[in-house]
Amino acid sequence: MNIIDRRPNPKGKSLANRQRFIERAKDEVKRSLVDALKRRKLGDADGGEKISIPARGIQEPSFQHARRGGNRDYVVPGNKQFVVGDKIERPKGGQGEGRGKAGNSDGGEQDNFEFILSKEEFLDLFFDDLELPELIKTNLKETEATQLTRAGYSIDGTPANLNLRRTMRNSLARRISLSRPSPSQIDAIRRQLEVARAADDFESAGQSQHDLEAAERRAKRYAFIDPLDVRYNRFDRVPKPVTRAVMFCLMDVSGSMTEAMKDLAKRFFLLLHVFLTKRYKHLDIVFIRHTSNAEEVDEDTFFHSRETGGTIVSTALEEMLRIVKDRYPPGQWNIYAAQASDGDNFSEDGERCAQILHNDLLPMSQYFAYIEVGADATLRHGFPSPPTDLWRTYAEIAPAHSNFALRRVAEPSQIFPVFHELFAKRRDKAA
Amino acid sequence: MKDLHPVALDAAGPTLFQGSEWDFEKLRRVYDAIQEIAVGEMGLDTYPNQIEVITSEQMLDAYASIGLPLMYRHWSFGKRFAREEALYRHGLMGLAYEIVINSSPCISYIMEENSMPMQTLVIAHAAFGHNHFFKNNYLFRQWTDAAGILDYLAFARDYIAHAEERYGMEAVERVLDAAHALMDHGVHRYAKPPKLNLEEERHREDERRQFFETHYDDVWRITTTFGEGKRDPDIEAKKHADIRKALRLPEENLLYFIEKRAPRLEPWQRELVRIVRHISQYFYPQKQTKLMNEGCATFVHYTIVNRLHEKGLISDGALLEILHSHTSVVTQPDFDDPRYNGINPYALGFAMMRDIKRICVEPTEEDREWFPDIAGNGDPYGTLRHAWANYRDESFILQYLSPRLMREFRLFKIADREGVETLDVAAIHDGRGYKEVRAALARHYDLARHEPDIQVKDVDLAGDRCLVLSHAVHDGIVLDEQSCNAVLDHVAELWRYGVRLEEIDAVTDKVVKTYEEPARR
Repeated sequence: MNIIDRRPNPKGKSLANRQRFIERAKDEVKRSLVDALKRRKLGDADGGEKISIPARGIQEPSFQHARRGGNRDYVVPGNKQFVVGDKIERPKGGQGEGRGKAGNSDGGEQDNFEFILSKEEFLDLFFDDLELPELIKTNLKETEATQLTRAGYSIDGTPANLNLRRTMRNSLARRISLSRPSPSQIDAIRRQLEVARAADDFESAGQSQHDLEAAERRAKRYAFIDPLDVRYNRFDRVPKPVTRAVMFCLMDVSGSMTEAMKDLAKRFFLLLHVFLTKRYKHLDIVFIRHTSNAEEVDEDTFFHSRETGGTIVSTALEEMLRIVKDRYPPGQWNIYAAQASDGDNFSEDGERCAQILHNDLLPMSQYFAYIEVGADATLRHGFPSPPTDLWRTYAEIAPAHSNFALRRVAEPSQIFPVFHELFAKRRDKAA
Repeated sequence: MKDLHPVALDAAGPTLFQGSEWDFEKLRRVYDAIQEIAVGEMGLDTYPNQIEVITSEQMLDAYASIGLPLMYRHWSFGKRFAREEALYRHGLMGLAYEIVINSSPCISYIMEENSMPMQTLVIAHAAFGHNHFFKNNYLFRQWTDAAGILDYLAFARDYIAHAEERYGMEAVERVLDAAHALMDHGVHRYAKPPKLNLEEERHREDERRQFFETHYDDVWRITTTFGEGKRDPDIEAKKHADIRKALRLPEENLLYFIEKRAPRLEPWQRELVRIVRHISQYFYPQKQTKLMNEGCATFVHYTIVNRLHEKGLISDGALLEILHSHTSVVTQPDFDDPRYNGINPYALGFAMMRDIKRICVEPTEEDREWFPDIAGNGDPYGTLRHAWANYRDESFILQYLSPRLMREFRLFKIADREGVETLDVAAIHDGRGYKEVRAALARHYDLARHEPDIQVKDVDLAGDRCLVLSHAVHDGIVLDEQSCNAVLDHVAELWRYGVRLEEIDAVTDKVVKTYEEPARR
């Protein structure tokens, strides 16, 4: 009898199968993910997401008997009052007692299949076909990093890089070519010697003695491992371009923004934030919020603090411009920006916003997305509300810039589609 | 509980373990003590044991690969894993305490979360109960090769991984999906299959591939028939009969037929079908002996832990913990109970084993009348060993279900007749009904009745190569339409030409319904 502790064995043996399963059910899974997003915020995607998909595409059919019809007999336990000849009402739902219900549940009646996606799987699927547009920029020459790559073998190096296999191979080759006797050969000679001595055969004993000494001498002369044999793994430093990018998140937190609107904007930025941190390692994110004046804040303040006041949008754009000039020279950085606002602005300010965007920010940015939130009014009277001041201003300059996109978001369920539209791969430039 | 002996207060000697923590030393001690009882007192004969301790996550993994320690990759195992995991995480399902594999050595997985009393139960249950059954039951002896299965699975896994590299995952998956759909119909029910031999398998496969590589000649694909004159219907009919005979039709093992005869499968595809067929065959005995297997294992652990307690080797507390879990396993809810989900094989199996023991040791007049050959023979374990070795669920019930047990379970038979509004009580647990109830219950466990009876009826090799399947309709029970269409789709995927399924009434020979699946391009 053996008792074996298998606990240290690698777990997650089913991982590959699980990935195949998700791959197969991908479309269905994605659809239910979008539904899932309506129910909860992405930012608190700490645990997994329980999702439920139609069982259609992932059925494993087999020949089954029909559930009804025909003559069947059942034997069931627990008779309390029946005697032969009694009539029993047919149970509702056609659930044949015992046999009809048993069997595997893949018979085709099962409507939904529920399981839990891990956070990683969730996000992978979620951002499956999104990317930042036009990430490669002109100036790459200064943005280089190096990476170690294997480059054959060398005769010197640190012990940590010793290549045992190569070393032993060389040693073996040398030992064979110099016919260095192996320990087993020496042993064999020694045994011969003993046999000869035991048999009092002095002639062959003398011969064996001689052979033994010669072999031992030879073994001593040629080392088992010679410095000549030793090989090390060699590594080269290979320059690798790194794309540097910065994303500016501009959010209006003024008094005109209702809680619902702020919530929408925050949800959008949360989505953006998770997307960027997951996808791009070398990416700076700058958070700017503004009322009648703008300030750069940290992530936590951006998402969680409450602030209120008037609205001057241009302050935020100026702040962004200042930060770009200070820290992110456009020649070396890919610059992205997303701005969220309810569209209200101090009326004299519109002109100024347009100017900054048109002259400074848009030419230096890879991509600038404007999201107008909380346009509840679109639904209030059943027909579209008139465009806001800011929207009108932006719409005027939009045709001149292909890297400028405007979208409206009125309710949480629209966030994902809009987000998807803004960052879909092979973005339609004309949009 | 009659067998449950009163708590022995003056237990002789110290117990094998105290408390609930387990360690390897305790496991070993308990194993030895159990072995003494199992082999010495009950006369069990087992494969060598290998007990492996695993975590709950590894248990989930094992669940997903249908309990086998190694398995090829397929999305359906991922699906199973996802479902089990979701159920487990939501607390809807507890994990089994053990999984045991019919192999030699017999591998039992036990979970690290189990307490020491539970490990005792599990070792007795799996490493002795199931193990004895695997080694001795005639179905397992006849149909499975315990010593070869692990090697074969390793071969299957590598072969499929290799095929995926060579022909692409999608192509492999298509064949596997289709073969899986026919798994229930991929077993030989009567003849004895040759034993698996890993080297031979590999060799045969290599040979086949080499043959194709060296003998490929395009010219031979063009064949013409000369002198096609008038067709004589008699000769045609005879020819047809000859072909059917050569193909050994009708054939009930669909996977076997497809593997050997499908006109357009590549050799590697045939090998995949073969692998699925072998695995299906390996599980076939388990499907036919669920009740007996669990009954045997439950009876063995129950007997052993009680004996351990009698000998003063386990404490009262440990026994109570074991019995608590034992009782919840062998509960049989009544048919009108919301928890009712068919007859619990553990409950009925265990009850039957105990009943046989009772009949051997202290029979009543009724037992002497019903079981004259075993009643009062005084050798309960010998009688049980004989039953475990020579019966399957169906015949076991037919032979050994006693009137007393039918009364205890209050079993009754309900007849559901086509076109009748209500269900009729056809027989109950009384003098007139015993035989009828018993026979009906035995039929429940007859796989040939339980699973649709489908055969390859004909194939038109000279013409359009349409494959004709037939389903023998018993008692007017036809196939479920939706799943049938889905499966036929898979059959056509393997056969590549048209597939027709006829549902033929077993009594009148009339075709009730026909399904058609067009040929694949």
